[in-house]
Amino acid sequence: MSEWIIALVMFGGAFFIFLASVGILRMPDLFLRMSATSKAATLGAGLMLGATALAFGEFSVATRALATIVFLLITTPVAAHMIARAAYFDGVPLFPGTLLDELRGHYHLTNHTLDSVVQDSTDTWIPEIEGDDFPEVR
Amino acid sequence: MMVEILWMLTLFLLSTALVLGFLRLARGPRLPDRVIALDLITIIVMGFIIVTAVRTRQTAFLDAAIVLALISFLGTVAFAYAIERRV
Repeated sequence: MSEWIIALVMFGGAFFIFLASVGILRMPDLFLRMSATSKAATLGAGLMLGATALAFGEFSVATRALATIVFLLITTPVAAHMIARAAYFDGVPLFPGTLLDELRGHYHLTNHTLDSVVQDSTDTWIPEIEGDDFPEVR
Repeated sequence: MMVEILWMLTLFLLSTALVLGFLRLARGPRLPDRVIALDLITIIVMGFIIVTAVRTRQTAFLDAAIVLALISFLGTVAFAYAIERRV
């Protein structure tokens, strides 16, 4: 009975990782791809590590699995945020169906700081893009 | 041996996920896409290692999974710095 539970939880984790990889292939935009992978893959890996802790039933293994889950929960959002920020400065194109980009015009291009006032000079600030002017997404 | 079928299904899903992640790694229009794909591939390989650890009852494999998670985070952060400096 318990090996069924372990195999089922493991299968659930693998399924969520599979969903994350479908998301990274099918989503139209870097930021949507990141949103799909960072959450689903963390949940999948957490489920698989939890199944490992159940399977061995030892204190040392459970501690290691729990420490890895906590480590993943801390580091995955940090890494995703850093990559998203860098990609935003790199000028990665947004999905054409994007309705609102509240950061445009707030980021300084040279020292990478935020300002609450929307700036309109396009040489030092990441410019505001209007309407249908979004670049093509491959 | 129905449990064995479930294990094979788990490995099949992980393998398919690896192929899909590799497609994004090869295609990805920009560098950040490739970095994300690499991050996902690391987690998939972690899944393979965990399945191997449980099926062979070897706890030593778990340390490899932990090290892989650590290295994946450091690599992603390093790539983020490199992309931001390149601008």
